[in-house]
Amino acid sequence: MSGYEGADLAIALINVLLLGLLFVVGVAIARMRSLFAIVMLSGIYSLISATWFVALDAVDVAFTEAAVGAGISTALLLGAMLLTSRTAKVVPRARQIVPLLVVIATGAMLIYASIDLPAFGDPDSPANTYVGTDYIERTPQDIGVPNIVTAVLASYRGFDTLGETGVVFSAALAVILLLGFGERSLSATMRKKKGEG
Amino acid sequence: MLEFVLERGNYWAIIGLMMIGLYTLFEASNMIKKLVGLSVFQTSIILFYITLSRIDGGTAPILFGADAKGHGGDHAEEGALSKAVDATHAATDATHGAADAAHGAASAAHHGMEHVYSNPLPHVLMLTAIVVGVATLAVGLAIVVRIREAYGSIENDEIREIDLEVARAEYAKDHPDEATPA
Repeated sequence: MSGYEGADLAIALINVLLLGLLFVVGVAIARMRSLFAIVMLSGIYSLISATWFVALDAVDVAFTEAAVGAGISTALLLGAMLLTSRTAKVVPRARQIVPLLVVIATGAMLIYASIDLPAFGDPDSPANTYVGTDYIERTPQDIGVPNIVTAVLASYRGFDTLGETGVVFSAALAVILLLGFGERSLSATMRKKKGEG
Repeated sequence: MLEFVLERGNYWAIIGLMMIGLYTLFEASNMIKKLVGLSVFQTSIILFYITLSRIDGGTAPILFGADAKGHGGDHAEEGALSKAVDATHAATDATHGAADAAHGAASAAHHGMEHVYSNPLPHVLMLTAIVVGVATLAVGLAIVVRIREAYGSIENDEIREIDLEVARAEYAKDHPDEATPA
């Protein structure tokens, strides 16, 4: 039942290596002040987690995370950084104590709760038994697409995906309303101001 | 005891990553750093869900071999195959009542599938979550850019200071007879 004998040792090693890298990158993000470095490290964080998704058999999620998480969101963060500032201010040490305590308390509670979770890779865990296997069983007859994730996303739960598209559309609309287009756009205004001054 | 820890070590590592993200979100006064912390937190939660979907000995949920009926070259034997699948289904249903002990080992045969696939549903949910997360990040960054336009700063405490100044000035204008506002 446990996932760490024999052939799975390699997977365990990959897990440890990638999680260690994620830890290093995360701590660096928390401690750095240069926003450019922080933005780049967040892209690296997404990319390493995409690698880890491949190790956990979630290839579709890995693809999306690499394209959207590491690509688009890094580009968005870079753009926002260029329009605002390059360095974060130093937070005084006294102001770091309360967040640290809250985070430690939350982490302790979550770890206490995680004792009740099913073991890693358990095929009989509640999450893996009922509806998930049903979709796997029915996909060849109902949809005929080999990729089950695609079958669920586009066919069984097509309306969810339509709603997701609606969310993305309204987000794009909100960004356009906030920043403006063409002559009204922010970069145009800034350029004009710079020309005057 | 060691086995118990190894089986849950992944969860604990992910909780650690989540806490790093939460700390960044909470501690930073710079708004872009806050948003980076939020996205680290979000990625860690996605990692958690994907961890739950993994099954030992499983592969990515893309049907292959005899499982991918109606695809590839096995069109002719489709009918026969599905009959065979029904037969194994009935057989495993019978053994199910008799002995539940072989459940985990026989899980491939039990679903009428040749291979074991990891659970596709968390994958689908997390695909949606990643895309929606980027959309909300974009809105957040647009708001940060607007804040910078209006205040000339994206540091939390400086913005609060400016707000306080404005409020004090307005109060003084509305109550000219009072010396200092409370």
